[in-house]
Order: sequence, then structure tokens, then C-alpha cells
Amino acid sequence: MSHQPVKFYQTGTFTVGNRLLGEEDRSVQARGDRSNALNSGHRACQGCGEALGARYAIDAAMAATLGRMVAANATGCLEVFSTPYPETSWQIPWIHSLFGNTAAVATGIAAAMKVKGKSDVRVIAQGGDGGTTDIGFGCLSGMFERNDDVLYICYDNEGYMNTGVQRSSATPAAARTATTAAVGPEPGNVFGQGKFVPAIAMAHEIPYVATATVADLHDLEAKVTKAMSIHGARYIHILVPCPLGWGSASHDTIRLARLAKETGLFPVFEAEYGEQKSALAIRRQVPVEEFLRPQKRFAHLFGAKPNVQSLARIQAQANRNIRKYGLLQEEGIHA
Amino acid sequence: MLKQMEGSRAVAEAVALCRPEVICAYPISPQTHIVEALGELVKEGALTPCEFINVESEFAAMSVAIGSSAAGARTYTATASQGLLFMAEAVYNASGLGLPIVMTVANRAIGAPINIWNDHSDALSQRDSGWIQLFAETNQEALDLHIQAFRLGEELSLPVMVCMDGFILTHAYERVDMPTQGQVDAYLPRFEPRQILDPTDPVSIGAMVGPEAFMEVRYLAHVKQMQALELIPKYAAEFKEVFGRNTGGLLHTYQAEDADTMIVAMGSVLGTIKDTVDELREAGHRVGVLGLTLFRPFPTAAVAAALAGAKRVVVVEKSLAVGLGGIVATNVRMALANSPAHVFTVVAGLGGRAITMKALRELFLKAEREELDALSFLDLNLELAGKGLELELVKRRSGPLAENLLRAAGPARNY
Repeated sequence: MSHQPVKFYQTGTFTVGNRLLGEEDRSVQARGDRSNALNSGHRACQGCGEALGARYAIDAAMAATLGRMVAANATGCLEVFSTPYPETSWQIPWIHSLFGNTAAVATGIAAAMKVKGKSDVRVIAQGGDGGTTDIGFGCLSGMFERNDDVLYICYDNEGYMNTGVQRSSATPAAARTATTAAVGPEPGNVFGQGKFVPAIAMAHEIPYVATATVADLHDLEAKVTKAMSIHGARYIHILVPCPLGWGSASHDTIRLARLAKETGLFPVFEAEYGEQKSALAIRRQVPVEEFLRPQKRFAHLFGAKPNVQSLARIQAQANRNIRKYGLLQEEGIHA
Repeated sequence: MLKQMEGSRAVAEAVALCRPEVICAYPISPQTHIVEALGELVKEGALTPCEFINVESEFAAMSVAIGSSAAGARTYTATASQGLLFMAEAVYNASGLGLPIVMTVANRAIGAPINIWNDHSDALSQRDSGWIQLFAETNQEALDLHIQAFRLGEELSLPVMVCMDGFILTHAYERVDMPTQGQVDAYLPRFEPRQILDPTDPVSIGAMVGPEAFMEVRYLAHVKQMQALELIPKYAAEFKEVFGRNTGGLLHTYQAEDADTMIVAMGSVLGTIKDTVDELREAGHRVGVLGLTLFRPFPTAAVAAALAGAKRVVVVEKSLAVGLGGIVATNVRMALANSPAHVFTVVAGLGGRAITMKALRELFLKAEREELDALSFLDLNLELAGKGLELELVKRRSGPLAENLLRAAGPARNY
């Protein structure tokens, strides 16, 4: 009888799943005692990247703080799909105040915990890219600058999805949104605009800044866990694909998040006190087209007459990220 | 203990006696001295435990206050004018969430044109925000009202705004009776929040409410505010027991017993008005005063009762509802819906324009003669205002209106 030896080619990458890993290396999501901080029954769309991102991040934070945690939430998809009274998916103390003040509300909670002698209770602020990079940016920068003891998590789906897919300052160039229509001589979002808030967070020289995607659960959890071991202002920016806003298939959420990283369009890295400490290396570099093509928001770049010029500019952005963050260097691999 | 001190310092020391646990500070004239003094008290260790947070805007100040109050900490901030408008979204949010934050508003005009001097436009712009609004006549009252504000707000789970006239009170050195820590501790119980962010008992605060219950939630906000009408006199009476003086209450009257003409006002101008009334009384005029300490909730029944015997009511207010006239007067008129008394609206003191006894005397006598217009502007330079309009008639691109007015006024401007 012939025998086919089983080969786990990707042992060590976590890709084969948890069963080959020791208990201590398994993901929080795989553990029986995970907190389910964002519980089932919420109203997120099928394939919602933000729901995944929030669940991964908050469960990891709950594990790291032994359940001693409070969250402030900006107005947006996450707030709306998780709560309308009398229902709530949150199994943690949770407050929603406004769209643009979440970092400040978190600062207030942290101050109250300190003054009440409950410094073991840790505070997370969370919001989408609109609530973070646009309307909440003043409060975010203030929280960073004062080095308040808050972890701010931005779930970046690259637009105002809750209000019907409008452009934010995190919307990528050429992307079609309701306010950057795919019409005219330069369809979609303008090139040369927008901001990358992780870099701005680094400029505040806060103790910890990291980026992650929902495609790499272990990396995301490790970063949240690390952030919760540090005091002071911390920022994690998680790329969360949005099937509705991106015009992508709901089963492609994880794949698109991975492609965003593998193209170099979304650099995944860590920084401490303003200096980059590591990057998650691209394993198999792919051209940006692979990331763009499955998304209807970029459909105008393809078709019978592809917009070669725009595609080249987007590829140039990816190349710049690869150079800037060292995404192809072996030593850049996340330790 | 009697002390001669600046109004801002007095308020800061009184607030410190209330043992606030989180204070958010963003500077704006004329509120600055209050938060400066509190910052010093925290930094030198006189006020502890307390977190003093220098925020980046008034919007952040109120937002930090929302977070700390929701986490169970007694929370204080102060602002004025543009600052109050900048935080307006969070002001409404704090009351909607039912968080008993106490905030001083050092009343100041709202621009444009930018103006740092006193009037009541700022606080009155937030009259429908769901905050309880108290107006101080003197520095002693400002000091005392802050102590009552924490008690009131925390009992009702509602935020309280203590309004004091910018510069006129905040920067005036007056004699005040500063309470002892023992007195304040005896009067003000520990803050026991109705809702709190606590990992041992997780709740979701601030989630969406749809049409099925939003009306009821808002109705209850109204009901809760109206409860202040019962609590405020009660707390003022208890205040007298502990501190030995009358402060607070819904309103107070002066020389009102047999008055045909009643003057209604809020804040420090009441002092000038009372002096003027004293003079008129000596000359045999039956004039009296109603000072409103509480503006929200509006003490409708108490106002109606206090003005029941008056033939005419003159509301002197430091605010202007552009396109209508008075804000305070409109509220007073509502209270007098079933009264035959004539109500006159007098807009006065906007942007720090001095309200003099001379002008008030003429005003009150004119009202007594029933010669006053339904809406008038005290000490308004109509000729100057007219020049501003004239230029617009002759020239399309007439330029900034405010500049034209000041140019027309000439170098020797008379405030």
C-alpha cells in the first residue's frame, strides 16, 4: 500500500490553522474562553470587514486585559450595526457619544479610571476612517499629543460607508464613491490627495503605532495584545474591506485585505516612538491590478480600454510604500 | 471665611471644594482665570485626587467631560462665547446622555464681529440644549451656585451651566464668603451615578433610538428638567441651613410688593437696576425688580406669580433673537400669557456696551409713561447705524459693514 506523507509546507505561517500550534500560540479567536465582545446577531453586511476587525481586536484586548476594558465608539457603521436600543452586541462597557469626539471621550474615561484608582481598567477608542482621519482627527491628535492612556483603533474601509459610500481622506486615488463619481476625464477619487494617519500618528512620537489587516488574524491579535501591554497613547490602523463600498464579493473580504498588503498598497508595520520597528514582508508580490480588478469601485480603470496611466500611478504608490516601509526585505518580516 | 478676591478665583476655589475628579480646560477669555486657578490647585496638590486635562479645543473639553462623567467621575469644565458654540454638539450630547457635568459659562458675546466683552448670547444660544441654566448676579452667588449645581445635577443626572457675566464678574475683585471644606462636604454628597462604564457590569451607553421611543426619551428629558423647579428651592433652603445665606432659588424680587412697573433681568446688571429702582422709589415711582436665577427650566409659574400685580413688565436682556427681538422677553411673555400686563423688550449691553443708571432711569420712566416701543435697543446710536446702511445704498461693493460703521464713527469712538 502506497503511503503519501503529509507535508505542511506552510508550517510556521499559521496558514494551516491552529491545530499544529501549541496552545500558547493559538489565536484568541480559536480559544474556548474568547470573550465574544462583539457578539453575534448584529446587523453588519455579509462579509463586513469591520465586524471581523472589531471582533478580532476587542476579543484580543479583552484577553490581554483579563476583561478589564471599556470602549468608546465613534458614530458610523460599527456603532449602528452593533447596537440600536434595546439591543446591543457589546459584551463590554461601551459608549457612543458623537462622530468626531471618540478619542476625547476615551481620554475622559481613562482619566476617570485613574482618579478612581481603577487604572487596571484599560480604554479603547474605535471608529471608522471617517471618524478617525476626518471629523475626529482633532481629538485624535490631541489624545496622541497628551500621550493619554488610550488605544485608538481605526477600522479603515476607505470611505463613509454608513452614509452611502462617500469619499473620506482615506479613500484611495481613482476609487469611485458617491462623491467621486467615475465620470469625466479623471474618473474616481483625485490623485495626490488623502492622508495616511499611521504616519501622522508616528509623527506624534507616541509609544506604539501599528497597521494590520483582517487577512492576518495572528498579526492583528499580536499587535492588539502588545498595544495593551503598553501605557500611553497607542494607535492601530486596521484595513477592513467593505463589500458594499468597494463593490466586492462578500467572500472576497479576506482575499482583498491580503492583496492590499501583498501589492504594497497597504503597508503592514509597527512603530515605536515615531520609528518604524518592523514590517510584515510581502510574501508574493503581485501587481496592483490583482487587488483593484475584483472591486467595482475601480471598474472604470479596466474594461475594453484600461486606464493604463492611472494603473501606473497606483502601482507607483505601491512601489513607494514597498521602498519606504521595507516591505520586500527579509529582515522586515514581523518578528 | 471672608475674602477679597477675583470672581474667577472665587469660583475656582468653590469648585475645588466640590472635589471634582476630572477638569478639562481650554482657554477662552474671559473664562481663563478660572481654569488657570484650578490647574494650579491640582498641580500643587491642593486638589487631589483630580485629573486636570489641557485639551485641544472646547469640543474636546466637553467630550472628555462626557467620557469621565460616564465613567463615574465628578466632572467640571468652563468656557465662554465661541467656545460654547464650538462644543455645542457635545453640549447637547452630555444632556441627552444624562451626564451631570457642571460648566461655568463666563458670558461673552458671539461673533462676528469678534468681541470679547460681556452679553448673554452664548449661554442663551444653548437654552434648548437640555442643560439647567443658572445665572449669577454677584460673585458670591456665582461661587454658591456652583456648589448647588453639583448637587442638583447629580441628583437629576442632568448637566448644569452656571452663567456669570464675563469680566464684570469674572474679573471683578469683591468680598466673598468662602465656605469651608466641612460645609461643602456636609452639603454635597458623593456622586452616585445612575449609569457607569464598569467592566463588572457592562452596559451600552448612547446607542441609537428610533421613532418608536425617541419622543418619549425627549419628553422625559423635559420632565426631568421640570423636576429642577421643585429641587432648586429645596436645595437653596438646605444651602441656607449649612452656609447661613440665601443663594439660588428660581428667582428673586426686589421692591416688588406694590410695583406697577416690573423690571426683569438676569446676571450682574441686576445690581445697576436695583440701584436705579432705589432712586426711582425715592422719587415715588412704583417700580420693582424680578431677577431670574434660573433660566432653564424656565420658572414659568413663579415668574407669572411674581409679575401678577404689575401693569407693565420691562425685560432688560443682554441678548438678541435676530429677526424676532428678545429671548428672555419671549419666555416672560409666555409666562404672562393670561396677564393683561404690557411686556416691553429692551435689548441692552450687547458686546459689553455699558448699561448705565442714567439710561436705565430714562428707560424705566419712559416705560411708566407707556411710551416705550415693544422692542427697543438701549443706548443705540441710530445715526451711526444709519450710516452703515446709507453706504450700502450707494455702493454695491460697500465692504465690511462693521468696518464702515467704525469709520463713520470717527476716531473718538464713544462706547
